[in-house]
Amino acid sequence: MSFDDYMALTRLHADYARAVDSGNWDLWPGFFTDDCVYRIQPRENHERGFPLATLSFESKGMLMDRVYGIKETLFHDPYYQRHVVGAPLVHKDDGERIECEANYAVFRTKFNELTSVYNVGRYIDTVVRTPEGLKFASRLVVYDSEMIPNSLIYPL
Amino acid sequence: MAHEAVLRWHDAGTSRIPFAAYTDDALHREELARLFYKGHWCYVGLEAEIPDAGDFKRTSIGERSVIMVRDANGTDVHVVENACAHRGVAFCRERHGNRKEFTCPYHQWSYTLNGDLQGVPFRRGVKQDGKVNGGMPADFRPAEHGLTKLKVAVRGGVVFASFDHDVEPLEDFIGPAVLHYFDRIFDGRKLRILGYNRQRIPGNWKLMQENIKDPYHPGLLHTWFVTFGLWRADNKSQLVMDDHHRHAAMISTRGAQGQAEQVTQVSSFKASMQLQDPRFLDIVPEPWWGGPTAVMTTLFPSVILQQQVNSVSTRQIIPDGHGSFDFVWTHFGFEDDTPEMTQRRLRQANLFGPAGFVSADDGEVIELSQMSFEARPSHRTLVELGGREVGNTDHMVTETLIRGMYQYWREVMEA
Repeated sequence: MSFDDYMALTRLHADYARAVDSGNWDLWPGFFTDDCVYRIQPRENHERGFPLATLSFESKGMLMDRVYGIKETLFHDPYYQRHVVGAPLVHKDDGERIECEANYAVFRTKFNELTSVYNVGRYIDTVVRTPEGLKFASRLVVYDSEMIPNSLIYPL
Repeated sequence: MAHEAVLRWHDAGTSRIPFAAYTDDALHREELARLFYKGHWCYVGLEAEIPDAGDFKRTSIGERSVIMVRDANGTDVHVVENACAHRGVAFCRERHGNRKEFTCPYHQWSYTLNGDLQGVPFRRGVKQDGKVNGGMPADFRPAEHGLTKLKVAVRGGVVFASFDHDVEPLEDFIGPAVLHYFDRIFDGRKLRILGYNRQRIPGNWKLMQENIKDPYHPGLLHTWFVTFGLWRADNKSQLVMDDHHRHAAMISTRGAQGQAEQVTQVSSFKASMQLQDPRFLDIVPEPWWGGPTAVMTTLFPSVILQQQVNSVSTRQIIPDGHGSFDFVWTHFGFEDDTPEMTQRRLRQANLFGPAGFVSADDGEVIELSQMSFEARPSHRTLVELGGREVGNTDHMVTETLIRGMYQYWREVMEA
């Protein structure tokens, strides 16, 4: 992989983190292809071969439906989230698709509360080159965190 | 009765529940003793989680760690306490696996899968310079020092256990009215585990039972249900309790009567709102439903059984002190499901669980309830929708199931 390609991939990860930490949820689906896969799955299910995911989306439309849910229908205690994402590790690049992974930690801060570690895991990604730049064809979020602290509302 | 000092009921009824019922540690310990460890069957898992001889799963009943294990013969299911008879070590750390025996790492005491003590190192002492040093007393009888063995009942592939060997039979415990709805899901078909979700909810465990005994909130809190037409206040529905009013089934059949806003009274309802991807609600009726599109069953105190259209799961309640519990979701399907049906169940699982479109908000409001209980334990909640009495109904506009649960709670806790 060329230096420029690696820079672009790193930039994608950084832009994604900024978007999902911004509170502007409408930015989120734009990082994905139309027929994308996005799943947030406990490590337990992932490693034992159980298909259940905490959230399992199979199209950009589903991501947009989630955004609608966050903004309009899901009642929840509001919180800030902050992603810290490690450098992407590239497993394969065939010129069209990049297979890579990256560790992440997400911190949660509620109003008048201390910041806490909210969710920790890794992204397992397939990134594709499109005329609009790099997009996630698949983003599998596998989390170590054994317990979700009550609820998970915003995208990781 | 440790709780009398803090608990003051409004009257002999249960339409006003003292906040203190949720905030007191001594009362919580008494609940564990009377509701989780005595006189009740608690959920431990599904047989499909331990299909082969020696398979085990570690879980909890109340706040005590237990192991559900399939015996070496491959048929019997045992439940033993995860506490070594020697020094009490919670020896099993894996959450699931396969064993020929259980061994405590501290002093290598070993047990058969049904909990019998079979090995005690240096039991007969150690020979040194022609004499025997130490060893267990001559009257030490291994048969008296097995793991705590629980009474086990399996029905339709669901495993229940009780520390109380005098507990009534499971079928009597559940009672015929609610057992009918239990058997509707667990009718003998082999189950297929789809996976787990785990959340820790900072609220008293009873609030989760109450949440699923409360048909008042779904059309109001869960705006998503209403927006996309899955829940309506005029759905044909029924509330059914056992004779003790401790368990219940909320049964509803999705209707198509009239304009939704006439009955929802939810101001934010958007009749024109469509899903970008309608596959979230790709509902295909199944023969075993026998009509109802959703049946939510609460088995007191430890589990909720969910059928919401094509999504089926068990939701186990594991208390952790008076102000917190773990909520463990086990989603499953049936052995004869087509790949399409499995996919459908997984897709509809997006509605439920800690991130679900219509479940994430339940945990949130439970947390907010607990916050205010803690701040003002002398106050009380008000559950008087549909009157102050307890009884089955053919509608959802009532909080009768919550009143029923506390009627039973008072019987047990004030005895």
